[in-house]
Amino acid sequence: MNDIVLKTQDLTKHYGGVHALEGADFELRAGEHVAIMGDNGAGKSTFVRQITGVEQRTRGKVWLYGKEVHFAGPLDAREAGIETVFQTLALADDLDVPDNLFLGREITKWNWLGPFRRLDYKAMREATMAGLEKTAVKIPNIRNSIRNMSGGQRQCVAIARTATFHSKLTIMDEPTAALGVQETAQVENIIRTLKEDGEPLILISHNMRQVMDLVDRIIVFRRGRIVANLKKEETDGQDVVAYITGAKTGAEFEGAA
Amino acid sequence: MADTSHGTGGLTFHKSKRVWPNEMNIFVALILIILIFEALGQLLPYMKGQSMLFDFNTRRDDTILNMARIKIIILQVSIIGIIALGVTQVIITGGIDLSSGSVVGAAAMIAMSFAQTELVNGNPNPKAIFGNWAMDLPIIVPLLIGLGCGLIAGAVNGLLIAYTRIPPFIATLGMMVSLRGVAKWWSRGNPISFPTEEYADISNGNIVDSLTFGLFSDSWTMTQLFDGQNPAIYFLLLAVLFHFVMKYTVYGKHTYAIGSNEDAARMSGINVSGQKVLVYAIAGTLAGFAAILLTSRNVTAQAGMGFVYELDAIAMAVIGGVSLTGGRGSIIGTVLGALIFGVIISGFTYLKLDAFYQEMVKGAIIVAAVVLDQWRQQRSAAKA
Ligand SMILES: Nc1ncnc2c1ncn2[C@@H]1O[C@H](COP(=O)(O)OP(=O)(O)OP(=O)(O)O)[C@@H](O)[C@H]1O
Ligand SMILES: [Mg+2]
Repeated sequence: MNDIVLKTQDLTKHYGGVHALEGADFELRAGEHVAIMGDNGAGKSTFVRQITGVEQRTRGKVWLYGKEVHFAGPLDAREAGIETVFQTLALADDLDVPDNLFLGREITKWNWLGPFRRLDYKAMREATMAGLEKTAVKIPNIRNSIRNMSGGQRQCVAIARTATFHSKLTIMDEPTAALGVQETAQVENIIRTLKEDGEPLILISHNMRQVMDLVDRIIVFRRGRIVANLKKEETDGQDVVAYITGAKTGAEFEGAA
Repeated sequence: MADTSHGTGGLTFHKSKRVWPNEMNIFVALILIILIFEALGQLLPYMKGQSMLFDFNTRRDDTILNMARIKIIILQVSIIGIIALGVTQVIITGGIDLSSGSVVGAAAMIAMSFAQTELVNGNPNPKAIFGNWAMDLPIIVPLLIGLGCGLIAGAVNGLLIAYTRIPPFIATLGMMVSLRGVAKWWSRGNPISFPTEEYADISNGNIVDSLTFGLFSDSWTMTQLFDGQNPAIYFLLLAVLFHFVMKYTVYGKHTYAIGSNEDAARMSGINVSGQKVLVYAIAGTLAGFAAILLTSRNVTAQAGMGFVYELDAIAMAVIGGVSLTGGRGSIIGTVLGALIFGVIISGFTYLKLDAFYQEMVKGAIIVAAVVLDQWRQQRSAAKA
């Protein structure tokens, strides 16, 4: 089916004897927002790293828009249209906000100069302001280096980066883990903007309220395996917690955990 | 979204304001150091109230500046300053280049051997390295050979660092030792002398006069300011060029990004290895150019040329605020660092202190600059 954005089959990752991810079958449809939940060490970030080419999988297959993909590195994945906010932020501390937003894809003039082509600072600043405006992210001065910003502001920059560039799929690994109330609200607004624009999203989060507010579907990981696939309307917080803790296992996943 | 319009900390938002540059602090430091030397000139009894940079009871009524000393200070730092421009870029990537002094030595010997003139006062060149075929070659030949030597040495540094992942410290240390060997081997330790007149003019001529077609040859400015100051002019031009390159081009941005967070740079799609090769190659080429200026100025090349220039160049960059951990610093900072360096060395001569003390203090300045850098970093880390 061509409305399937991302599909994985039997996706598996072993670190030596550690079975961090085991036989994950997963599907994401066009415009859909899906949350991945699970205890610490359940394998959520490992799952993301296999999809985004940060690591090479032990076994299994991945399709993006119906095409089987083998990303050699995170850059391949980004070029294929997957924007990711990793749990460890990938920002250059000494650069400012526009620099970070456009790192590796700068707007330039005088392109015949090759590596010495000129940066169009004005265009990048304007696009940055527009992007921050659109996502309602608040940064006191975008020309400050990232080093001088609070953890929350840095996180917002990383997220604004994914939201500024239209992508085929956005993945956020615990984007609000370190944030205060205001910043969390900002990030949630960015996610709502993506939803309105019909851009699909995978959100990893430990925050039950947030997940219930934002997504269409919840996937629960437990000890490296997917143990539940729940439509938001058909579940509630207590139910999800039961799956996370292992008190319950989804019917179709019996014998898995 | 109205519920989030207050934002973090009650500040105003969506601003794009210029940030106070760190270079201003270094400029203030330069002024302070000059003032200290001026004060010592007034206070120390044996100095009899001399001034370092001013000339108040001048008989010529043209200027109150001591032009002679200012010119010497600038000339003194120009050649190593050109090396420092490249070293600055290397350090901003988070690397280090210990080979620049030896690149100067090797490039000096090799370039000079293609710059010789056939007849010296009517006699065959007593220091001839090659046969007649290598005599009186067009100036472009030794020029390209000198630059090429630097380029190759730098590119090899870059390739080693980018693709074998050995630390820059080790790769360039190896290059430093090997190239000093090359410099000695090239003419079996003999100095190479008697270049063509054009070659000697690279440093000793007056490029400003040439570029203005001799129209202002007789003016005071032309002779007072620019005679014999070619290395300083080249330093200035290259500094301006690389200031723009580092600040306004993709090359510059990627150089800062790599030193700031190499993983982030790689994840953002920057060709980190290619960029490193380019940066080290440019640094090497600048060292090659320094070799040309040095041999032209001295009209001779010796295997020991450029000895410990790499440390002076690193010191200039670090004094100028270039952080040894990478990601921070600027060309303007390094130029100011070079001037501070020059003022201190020259200030010691002016205070009539022995050369031994100069070396001791030079070492102390390098260490002090690094301590200052770490202190700056701890402060900014504590703030974040
Ligand atoms: N590089 C590695 N080498 C060995 N084991 C690893 C490696 N990376 C992860 N693991 C292990 O794999 C398991 C899954 O880790 P993962 O980071 O995917 O957890 P997570 O679900 O993202 O947890 P959290 O909520 O804490 O982020 C853990 O037991 C972890 O220790
Ligand atoms: Mg994780």
